[in-house]
Amino acid sequence: MSDQSTHPTEHAPLHPSYGTVVAVWIALVVLTGCLVLLSHFGLRAAVWGLLTITPLKAGLVFYFFMHLRYEDPLLKGVILVAIVTLLIFLVLLFSDVAFA
Amino acid sequence: MSTQQHTTAEPNYLEYDGKHNGLLGWLLSTDHKRVAILYLVSMVTFFFAGVSAGFVMRLVQLTPFHKMITAQTYNALFTFHGVVMIFLFVIPGLNAVFGNFVLPIILGAKDVQFPRLNLASWYFFIGGALIAVIALFTGNGPPDTGWSFYAPFSLKTGTNVTLGVFAAFILGFSSMLTGINFVTTIHRLRAPGMTFFKMPLFPWAVYATSWMQILATPVLAVTLLLVILERLFGIGIFDPAKGGDPVLYQHMFWIYSHPAVYIMILPAMGAISEILPTFAQRTIFGYKAIAFSSIAIAGFGSLVWAHHMFTSGMSDFGNMIFSLLTMVVAVPSAIKVFNWVATLYKGSINFQPPLLYALSFIFLFCIGGMTGVWQGALALDIHLHDTYFIVGHFHYVMFGGTGFAFFAALVYWFPKMFGRMYSNTAMYVAWFPMFIGFNMLYFTMLILGMQGMPRRYYAHLPQYHLAHVVATVGSWIMISGLLIFFGSLLHAVFRGKKAGSNPWHAVTLEWSVPSPPPVENFDEVPTVTHEPYHFAKEAGS
Repeated sequence: MSDQSTHPTEHAPLHPSYGTVVAVWIALVVLTGCLVLLSHFGLRAAVWGLLTITPLKAGLVFYFFMHLRYEDPLLKGVILVAIVTLLIFLVLLFSDVAFA
Repeated sequence: MSTQQHTTAEPNYLEYDGKHNGLLGWLLSTDHKRVAILYLVSMVTFFFAGVSAGFVMRLVQLTPFHKMITAQTYNALFTFHGVVMIFLFVIPGLNAVFGNFVLPIILGAKDVQFPRLNLASWYFFIGGALIAVIALFTGNGPPDTGWSFYAPFSLKTGTNVTLGVFAAFILGFSSMLTGINFVTTIHRLRAPGMTFFKMPLFPWAVYATSWMQILATPVLAVTLLLVILERLFGIGIFDPAKGGDPVLYQHMFWIYSHPAVYIMILPAMGAISEILPTFAQRTIFGYKAIAFSSIAIAGFGSLVWAHHMFTSGMSDFGNMIFSLLTMVVAVPSAIKVFNWVATLYKGSINFQPPLLYALSFIFLFCIGGMTGVWQGALALDIHLHDTYFIVGHFHYVMFGGTGFAFFAALVYWFPKMFGRMYSNTAMYVAWFPMFIGFNMLYFTMLILGMQGMPRRYYAHLPQYHLAHVVATVGSWIMISGLLIFFGSLLHAVFRGKKAGSNPWHAVTLEWSVPSPPPVENFDEVPTVTHEPYHFAKEAGS
C-alpha cells in the first residue's frame, strides 16, 4: 500500500483541481466534436481520426480522471509497457493492412 | 540453494483435516497443493475424453470411404478433440498442476500470493469446462468449426458455437488469474537470499508463461466476445457480407493463440530444466542462457502470430515480416536444447523414468520445432498449409513436447506429491508403446501432409490409405501405453511404496520438505545461499 494516505502533505495533491477537471472535460468534448466532423470527410479520414484522436482522449481520461498523474513511476511504467505492447501489435497488424 | 532437510510435526496436506472434511475439504481448500491435485484430476479426465475423440477419428480413417459416422459428426469430433485438448489440457498444462504444486515450495514460500484467487481460478476452469460440455448436448448440435472458431463459418453455422465460444471465454479468466497470481508470487514470496538469478529454472519458465497469459489472453477474450455479439446481433465485425473482415478475426485469434503455444510449451521446458541436472547430478549448463531464452521466447513468440495466415490473403510485406520473425523465435528454443544436451555431457547419469521421458521430450520437440521452421518458410508453407503435415507438426510440439514433458514432470514430482513411489518397470513398459505408437501416428501424418492429404477431411483417397492404416494402428499402440502409464500411477497413489523426501538426490527446495509436504510447506522459511543447482554440496565438496 502506498504511504500517501498516511503522509498526504509530503506529496503533490491527490486530486486535480476543479479547473483542471473542467478544462479536460472541455478538451474531451472538443475532441469528440473533431471526430464527428472528420467522419463527414469519408471513411479514410474517420479511421485516421479514430486512430489518433481516440488514444489522445483515452490518455486524458487515464492521466487526469483516473489519477495516473499522481501514481508512482512503477505503475506508470507498467501502463507504458501495456501501451508499447499494444503499439507493437498494431504496427505488425498494419504490416498486413497497409500493404494489402 | 539450501538442501537442509526440514522436518515437521505438522500433518501432510493429504491427511490434513481443516474446516471441512472429505470432498468439501478438497473443493473448498485454498492450499496450493490441493488446488494442484484438483487441476491434475480434472485435466487428466479431460485428456482421456480428448484421447477418446482422437481414437474414434483414427478409427474412421481406417477405411477410405466409411459409413461409420457422418461428415458433420466428424467435424464435431475434431472440434471437440481440439477444444478439450487445447483449452482443457495443454493450456492449463504444467503451469496449473506443477506451477501450483511446486512453485511456492521451490521458492521457499508457504503458499501462492493469493490463495483464494487460486481456488477461484480452478472454479473458472471447471465452470468453462462444464459450459463446453453443455454446448455439446444443447442447441442445434455440437460446434463444428474446429478449435479455432474461424469466421465467417463460425458466424454462419447453425450449431451451438455461441455457447462453445463462451466456454473458451470463461476459461480465459482462469488462465489470466493464474498468471497474475504466479507473477506476484515470484516477485513477492521468494525465500530470503533467492535473487532472480538464484531462482531455479522452472520458476523462470512459469514467470515468462504467466506474463504471456496476462498480456495475450485478454485479446482472445475480446475476439470471442465479438464472435458472440456478431452471432447474436449481427454487428458485422468479421462477416464480409456486412462489411466485416474475416482476416481480422484470424489476426485477433492468433495474437492470442500463437503465444498460447508458448504458454503450453514454456513450463514444459522449465520442468525439463529441473529434471536434467538432477539426473546428471551436475549443475545446468548455461543457466542464464536458459533463463533469458524463456523470456526471449515469450517476447518473440508473441510477435509471430500471422505465420498461421500465409495463405489467408495477407499482404506480401506482412508475410515477409512474419516469416522473418518466425525464424528468429527458433533461436532461443535451440539455445535451450543445446544447453540441455550439454548438461548431460560428462554428467553422472542416473537413468530413471523421469530422465527417459525428458529425453523423449527433447527428441520429439526437436522434430516438432524443425518442422515448424519448414512452415515458417513462405513458399513451402503454401504447399503444406492445411494438410496433415500441420497436424503432425502440431502434435509433435504439443503432445511430443508438452505431453511428454507433462509425463516427465509427473513421474519426477510424483513421489513429492503423493509420498509414494511407482513401479519403475511399469514406467519403462508404458514408455515403449507410447513412444513407438506416437511416432507411427504422427510421423506418418507428416508424410501424408507432404503428399497432399488435407486435414479435417472425414474421408480419404485410396492413395493415402496405407499411411492412414499405419497411423491408426500407431494410435492403438500409443493409447495402450497411455493406459499402462496412468493405470500404474493410479495404482501407486494408493498402493505404492513410501517415498523418501528426496528419492532423486535433487537440490532444489521442494526436495527439502517431507513427502508429501506438510500443509504450510516449511516450519521456518529457508534461507538461500547458493545458486540453484549446487550439486557440489551433495557430493560433500
